[in-house]
Amino acid sequence: MSLFQPDANMFERLETQDSAEIIARPSLSYWQDAWVRLKKNTRAIISLNIIILLAIFTLIGPLLWQVDPALQDLNQVSQPPAMPKSALVVDPFRGWEGITIDNYEPPADYADSVPAPTNVRAEGTATTQAVRIAWDQVPGADGYNVYRNVREPTSFADLGLPLGATYGDELSYEDRLSLEARDYYYSIVPTDGLDEYEVFTQLVVTPKLAITRDEALERGLIDSLDAVNIGDEVTIEFHPLGTDYLGRDMLARLMEGARVSLFIGIVAPLLYVLVGIIYGGFAGYIGGRFDVLLMRFADFVVALPFLLFMILFKIAFGIGPGESGIIPMLIALVLLMWPATARLVRGQVLQIREEGYIEAARLLGAKNHYLIMRHIIPNTMGVILVTLTFAVPAAIFTEAFLSFIGMGVAPPTPSWGSMCNEGVKTMLSHPHELFFPALFISITVLAFNLLGDGLTEALDSKMRSRD
Amino acid sequence: MRRITVILTCLFIQLTDGTALASPVDFENQTITVAITQEPPQMNSAKATDQVSGLVLGHLMEGLVRYDRRGRLEPGVAERWEMTDEKATFYLRKNALWSDGKPVTAHDFVFAWQTALKPVTASEYSFIFFPIKNAQQINNGELPADKLGAVALDDHTLEVTLERPTAYFIKLTAFNTFFPIREDFFNSKGDKYAANADDLLYNGAFIMTEWKHSASLKMVKNPNYWNKDEITLNAINVDYITADTRARLNLYTDGKIAFTRLDGETYKDALSQRFRIRRFTTGSVFFIEYNHRPEKVTSNLNLRKAIQHVFDPDEMVNRVLAVPGNLRGESIFPVWLNGVEDKFRREYPAPMARYSVATAQQYLDRAREELGGEIPPLVLLVSDSPTATKQGEYMQGLMLNKLGLDVKIDVQTFKQRLAKMTSGDFDMVGAGWGPDFDDIMTFGDLMASWNLNNRGRYNNPAYDRLVQIAMNSTDPKTRMDAMGQAQQILFDDAAVLPQYEQGIIYVLHPKVKGVVRRVVGADPDYTHAKVVP
Amino acid sequence: MLMYTLKRLLAGVITVWFIATATFIAMHQVPGDPLMNDKAVSPEIRANLEAKYGLDKPVTTQYFIFLSNMLKGDFGISFTQQNRKVNDIIRDHFPVSATLGVLAIFFAATGGVLFGALTAVYRNQMPDVVIMFLVILGISVPSFVFAALGQLMLVNINSFFGYSVIPVAGWGTIWHMLMPSLVLGLTTMALLTRLMRSSMLEVVNEDYIKTAKAKGLSPTRIFFRHQLRNAILPVITVLGPQIAAITTGGFVVELVFAIPGLGRYFVQAVQQLDYTVIMGTTVFYGAFLVFMVIVVDILYGFIDPRVRLS
Repeated sequence: MSLFQPDANMFERLETQDSAEIIARPSLSYWQDAWVRLKKNTRAIISLNIIILLAIFTLIGPLLWQVDPALQDLNQVSQPPAMPKSALVVDPFRGWEGITIDNYEPPADYADSVPAPTNVRAEGTATTQAVRIAWDQVPGADGYNVYRNVREPTSFADLGLPLGATYGDELSYEDRLSLEARDYYYSIVPTDGLDEYEVFTQLVVTPKLAITRDEALERGLIDSLDAVNIGDEVTIEFHPLGTDYLGRDMLARLMEGARVSLFIGIVAPLLYVLVGIIYGGFAGYIGGRFDVLLMRFADFVVALPFLLFMILFKIAFGIGPGESGIIPMLIALVLLMWPATARLVRGQVLQIREEGYIEAARLLGAKNHYLIMRHIIPNTMGVILVTLTFAVPAAIFTEAFLSFIGMGVAPPTPSWGSMCNEGVKTMLSHPHELFFPALFISITVLAFNLLGDGLTEALDSKMRSRD
Repeated sequence: MRRITVILTCLFIQLTDGTALASPVDFENQTITVAITQEPPQMNSAKATDQVSGLVLGHLMEGLVRYDRRGRLEPGVAERWEMTDEKATFYLRKNALWSDGKPVTAHDFVFAWQTALKPVTASEYSFIFFPIKNAQQINNGELPADKLGAVALDDHTLEVTLERPTAYFIKLTAFNTFFPIREDFFNSKGDKYAANADDLLYNGAFIMTEWKHSASLKMVKNPNYWNKDEITLNAINVDYITADTRARLNLYTDGKIAFTRLDGETYKDALSQRFRIRRFTTGSVFFIEYNHRPEKVTSNLNLRKAIQHVFDPDEMVNRVLAVPGNLRGESIFPVWLNGVEDKFRREYPAPMARYSVATAQQYLDRAREELGGEIPPLVLLVSDSPTATKQGEYMQGLMLNKLGLDVKIDVQTFKQRLAKMTSGDFDMVGAGWGPDFDDIMTFGDLMASWNLNNRGRYNNPAYDRLVQIAMNSTDPKTRMDAMGQAQQILFDDAAVLPQYEQGIIYVLHPKVKGVVRRVVGADPDYTHAKVVP
Repeated sequence: MLMYTLKRLLAGVITVWFIATATFIAMHQVPGDPLMNDKAVSPEIRANLEAKYGLDKPVTTQYFIFLSNMLKGDFGISFTQQNRKVNDIIRDHFPVSATLGVLAIFFAATGGVLFGALTAVYRNQMPDVVIMFLVILGISVPSFVFAALGQLMLVNINSFFGYSVIPVAGWGTIWHMLMPSLVLGLTTMALLTRLMRSSMLEVVNEDYIKTAKAKGLSPTRIFFRHQLRNAILPVITVLGPQIAAITTGGFVVELVFAIPGLGRYFVQAVQQLDYTVIMGTTVFYGAFLVFMVIVVDILYGFIDPRVRLS
């Protein structure tokens, strides 16, 4: 067994190098690395795309769907999403004298009971402009009540809307109350001038959707008055997402409302969370008396009555009538909402400050700004992002709540929050007025949450090692 | 397993609310349960100004006279009365008692009225006593309270000397502020008077036995009420206080309350539940008040005329408000006001502008000439209620589309709106007026130059003169003629833009009968209601 | 410890005084005043009113009167509820709001911690996805919609059973409180779930967890002793202000469910410019909030010994 005997000739001297061989992947800064990991996160990318789509909807949408969000169409109030409709062209409305009895003598005494009205009929063509109902006199009655229902009445207690009452000498009623092109069940009930007799006669009428030539011209449905004749049909405005309580186009209003809601919902939280981070970061990092003082000031701001100061800011910034008042609302939100984030960040910083790696970095000579940028902020990012994603809907709803009590954006400027507010009142009869703004808020919130998740994972330095 | 389910179910039932098959009405005990919209802010009758307090007080107290269900005067504490141009004498019934059993005397009325007039009480409604001799001077602190022209001749005779002939004085005495207050009780309570259920003394059909602030109150039949035989209900429980219409409809649907008002948003839900819906016109008039101060463009007659010719009250009522019961606004005098023999508006029909965009444009052109060029954006001041905002948006759209006029809506909360109205910081403002008493004068002097409620400072000496005539005369024909002319002047000047007479719809439990809706006084009035089987 | 608490309390008193002063100044800057009403009153009646409420004096005098009364614990008489003392209003209605708020916080905190921990444990699995979807729903639907829906749900439940299972509105028994407090706590619960989840995920990778694992501690023990205890910190931080927000911010819920809470009084007071009620409630809530913050800070020290109380 011979041993290998090395000698110097077997080796060759290596040339001197300035640096050692690099065995590493390309060095990435913290933020570059975060971006790489964010791009790998499918959910974050989807949410980014949704946010881009929302931006397109808000900024480019109005160019494609050029409908005035403030234009009212009282012929189509609270219409659900539907296909384009056509309307009958009619003469301008002229009042109806109705049918009255000359030399009417009221009954001498209140009768115990009277027969049901007879010959209840619709006079003329029933259109959404007016439905004219007439009937024959009921002996013994000194007045009539007129009811209208959208379903066939099942009993005397179920006659529907009490439209109005007539005196004993009036044997007709002209109904113009928000008529739609659908079946109506009219009922005529005789009265003694005050109380009803429990009899009624029913009539079913289906008015036709009507528009006058002037209206059609005004709305740009026809080019000139001569383009259509009375009795023709014209196609009326199309509202893909339906209309609101004044017949305004929902799609156009959602686009317009997006500007307010997204602006308030994104810019305000970004600003006040930023203020909170800086404030809380400083307080937590520097600590001591300075921290105590700053935190007491934060407590002070938290306890200020929000509503009162909102009114005050509105006045202080000189919001004139008609101005939307978005900027003052933004400033007020930023000025009053930052303390929560500040407290949160401070708490985190206090905790991180005591961590071993900070100590180590400091021993290695790390400067303050390096510690803050490199260690403290990245480590608080998770909590901050969660706060931020929650601040988005919170800001949108604060705006809605302010609209609710009359301190929000000035009408007719819509916002998603105020549209929700209007919609919740009619959520059973016109669900689309609540559904669409709520849907858009949900999509926005969802997008920001997913993005927040993605960012949390991407920015979390502790997760770096696991890729 | 099955046994466990049964036990669990039992437990569940045991633990839950337990009021099986709740009903808001009880035939056996003649009890009804209702909700009100807010906590009554002021139960001291000398100081109450709002409707909710008026509603509760109307059941608990009784004045000298009261209104019957058809709105006619009927005796209250006063059995009968005499009235001349200078004097009114009331003869009080001997069996009218306070809830502690002591008789209601003429002194109690004198004390109540003096209290309301004393400057230290600071009652906002003290002006309603001003037809009584010396009342205004007492309120201004120029005369002591005992100089009031209301004297108790004896315990049961009250003599009122009037400052000037007042045709409607008897009707006034049905109003809250004229209710009696007993001196010894009032003084014994001091600051706490009317703060809680036992800090009040009652002389009406009901007494309040329980008042949990903002939560509930309970009114039970007053055993000492002189007319108790006519009262069927044993108790009215106000179990819920909320301004949210939908919440109240939910309570009604759930069988918790017997009555609730509906609005344009909720009535469709009530319809789909197949509830019987009723209609009532409240008697209040809503209108756009213009700012007539000379520096404002709305002081220009032609501009106001232009707006008058494009505003269609029919569309307002049918398409914007879209709730039955509202009537077209044609005049500041509502249709229910009595004239000489028939209704005022039947005797003196309101003049109406014929809707015409072309005519309006002519007026507008003239206005532009007079104002020297383009008309700046008009500021429309509205309150922050959803209905007011909606109406504002409608007016804004109308004036833009029909006249090309730019309108800016200024939504303000209650006090800020009042501050702006008072200082004249508006061009147009959405306003409303409800009646205090059943006489044309409750609306008649609204636009008089001296009336502080005329916040647009409309000033027309001819109109003022007519108001003076109607105020100082007791002859119905003279008064109504004057008001008829005043109505014409207001129309010619387009002084205000009447929009609608308010109507409301409501649901009422089918077993409750005899609930009275009133234009003047406590509304709804359950005093003579009863539960039928 | 005692010194620290005392110091904090003293600072709290000063904070409250600042709040009172700022609110007083702000309130008097807002146009309009509590004496204005729909029907205009003559200058003489107006003078009577001003004299009665002391508004005829200069604002600085009013401020000092307010301060001296506040020191005596008297906030005066409400302008809108004209026969009631502000103290009585707070005494009668704060307990209601507080009960509602405590219950809401209870729902929110238990739900938030539980769901948050659950989502972290089952990260990216079914329970996580489902809960996070519900959380999104919880924060993207405004409270007035939840309140309306919640009440409607009760109506439907009751009509289904033909029997009043849970009262639709009102106040009194525990059954009245269930739905309103759930609605009120929902958003906070969603917030806490999210916070708890991200905080749990961060803690999982900490060295002390690894050490504990390496030392062979049982997973349950690690979960409760180390993970949960550390993760709960940020939750507690936001809880303080959230408690205040919930006990003051119940306006919508109080309105819809006809609850006699203080939230309704406060919003109404601001709208009606009821000076005395605004001052009373602001000072009271301010003090309450500052106190809550102090309590949370002290709690913080107990839970996390690393955070030294100076």
